[in-house]
Amino acid sequence: MAEFQEKSTIVRREQLTGDVFRLTVHCPRIAAAAQPGQFVMVRAGETLDPLLRRPFSIHKVTGDGKLAVLFKVIGKGTRLLAAAMPGERLDVIGPLGSGFAPDPGGPHCLIGGGMGIAPLYFLAQHLLISGHGAANPPVLLGAQTQAELLLLAQEFSELGYPVLTATDDGSLGHPGLVTDLLDALLAEVRQVYVCGPLPMMRTVAGKCGQAGVACQVSLEAHMACGLGACLGCTFPASSGGFHHVCKEGPVFRAEEVLWSR
Amino acid sequence: MEQVAAAPPPVDLRVTIGSLTLQNPVCTASGTFGYGREFAALVNLERLGAIIVKGISLVPRPGNPPPRIIETACGMLNAIGLENVGVERFITKKLPFLRDLATPVIVNILGDSVEDYARLAGRLSGVEGIAALEVNISCPNVKKGGVAFGTVPEMAAAVTGAVRRETGLPVIVKLSPNVTDITAIARAAADAGADALSLINTLLGMAIDVRTRKPRLANVVGGLSGPAIKPVALRMVWQVARAVSIPVIGIGGITTGEDALEFLIAGATAVQVGTANFFQPTATEEIIDGLAAFLRNQGLSSIRQVIGSLQLE
Repeated sequence: MAEFQEKSTIVRREQLTGDVFRLTVHCPRIAAAAQPGQFVMVRAGETLDPLLRRPFSIHKVTGDGKLAVLFKVIGKGTRLLAAAMPGERLDVIGPLGSGFAPDPGGPHCLIGGGMGIAPLYFLAQHLLISGHGAANPPVLLGAQTQAELLLLAQEFSELGYPVLTATDDGSLGHPGLVTDLLDALLAEVRQVYVCGPLPMMRTVAGKCGQAGVACQVSLEAHMACGLGACLGCTFPASSGGFHHVCKEGPVFRAEEVLWSR
Repeated sequence: MEQVAAAPPPVDLRVTIGSLTLQNPVCTASGTFGYGREFAALVNLERLGAIIVKGISLVPRPGNPPPRIIETACGMLNAIGLENVGVERFITKKLPFLRDLATPVIVNILGDSVEDYARLAGRLSGVEGIAALEVNISCPNVKKGGVAFGTVPEMAAAVTGAVRRETGLPVIVKLSPNVTDITAIARAAADAGADALSLINTLLGMAIDVRTRKPRLANVVGGLSGPAIKPVALRMVWQVARAVSIPVIGIGGITTGEDALEFLIAGATAVQVGTANFFQPTATEEIIDGLAAFLRNQGLSSIRQVIGSLQLE
């Protein structure tokens, strides 16, 4: 596994809502090596505050050496990145971590909540290319309001996936939790891929466990390096001790993770 | 006609720590560079002065619960809890990769008792591919009520002496800044047989989430590192370099060649780059280039002309 550090060029900046942005950058070596579920570490500025790179799952990859990251503005780093404009340079390290293990058999169900939707789009692209996208059950997407979901849901549809949505405020799709939508699908699914807030992933892991359906989760943790050196990004393991999210993850089989916290 | 750039004049970056000669003074700080291999795709490891690996204990340690790290202004707090693979697994799984490099490998050791340190030193001394030991005396002494070895001169001396008796390798003692007078600890370690001192380890700190009113680290307190601590580190290096006659290795927020030069001018013989590895993996190489460029610009031939060259009235 090789990582690269590239001084990429921002080629596109999209504002999806008031605080959700998508940056597309040209970093050909990283894009060529990227696998679904892997992430990049991005330097948000050139000064020492904020100090650390920010981890972002790889949201999209295009054949011409570009990749996209999707993020919500939550602090200093994401505020700086949201202000970055096309033509500017962005220091990116990747691809990092161990991503989704695409199950050769289907059907697959992809479930994303909020910014957790980001890596699932790349996975959906990959499943299509490898011939496992067709005839899948709906992709389940959840967010606080419809504004966050409209464009993303449309893009999954354009790939050929049926999409079901849920919003906290009921402005689009099912009013409530996206996990509610899974129950009706579990009987026909062989593999679930989930990324989103921790309570959501815990619920999905529980439902899959009861139904005997394989489930892969993409975890998030504070991390300084993304390279396996700082040992900061731990998550409790079901076997005792800790997983390192950056290296052993960010994707784990649901049963490898200790959910009862 | 095409101009052929003249080759830059050669500069000598070599420094000596005890019996160990480094090709340049730029090393990686323990705990910030894993076991070297983690950076192999991004950094030319052969260019480094030395690689100092993650601290090793007699038995593996799982470390603290998360969250273990949090960013602060120009710095970060960590409470990793000395997670490591243990000395035996280090020797069988991590050292073979490092041994194949030309770069000297310095092993950071840590324990809960004087005997732990002595046993680690003894075990590692017979192993091929280790250039020196760095003794981390910032951990609590479990047998003596948890007081860190690095905060009481007599205890620092006891650990240093025990390691000294077990090994012929150069012994570097890594000092904690969380003390009233770091020169007292420095002298104690030097008198007990240390070949060099490295400083500073992290400064104890804390951060709170005001919405939840909970500490941001599960361990409540943690060690502050990064550019935020550089002035404190530089002051302590200057004080210690004046107080002892053995080499001092400067650590604390070093990110650029200019940062490293400040430490060398203050009296450090070498430096360690720590937190910078996290956000700029190639920081060490850029610092090495920066030192060479400084020498050329100043018309100097050796980095040793810079060490301890602070101009006071």
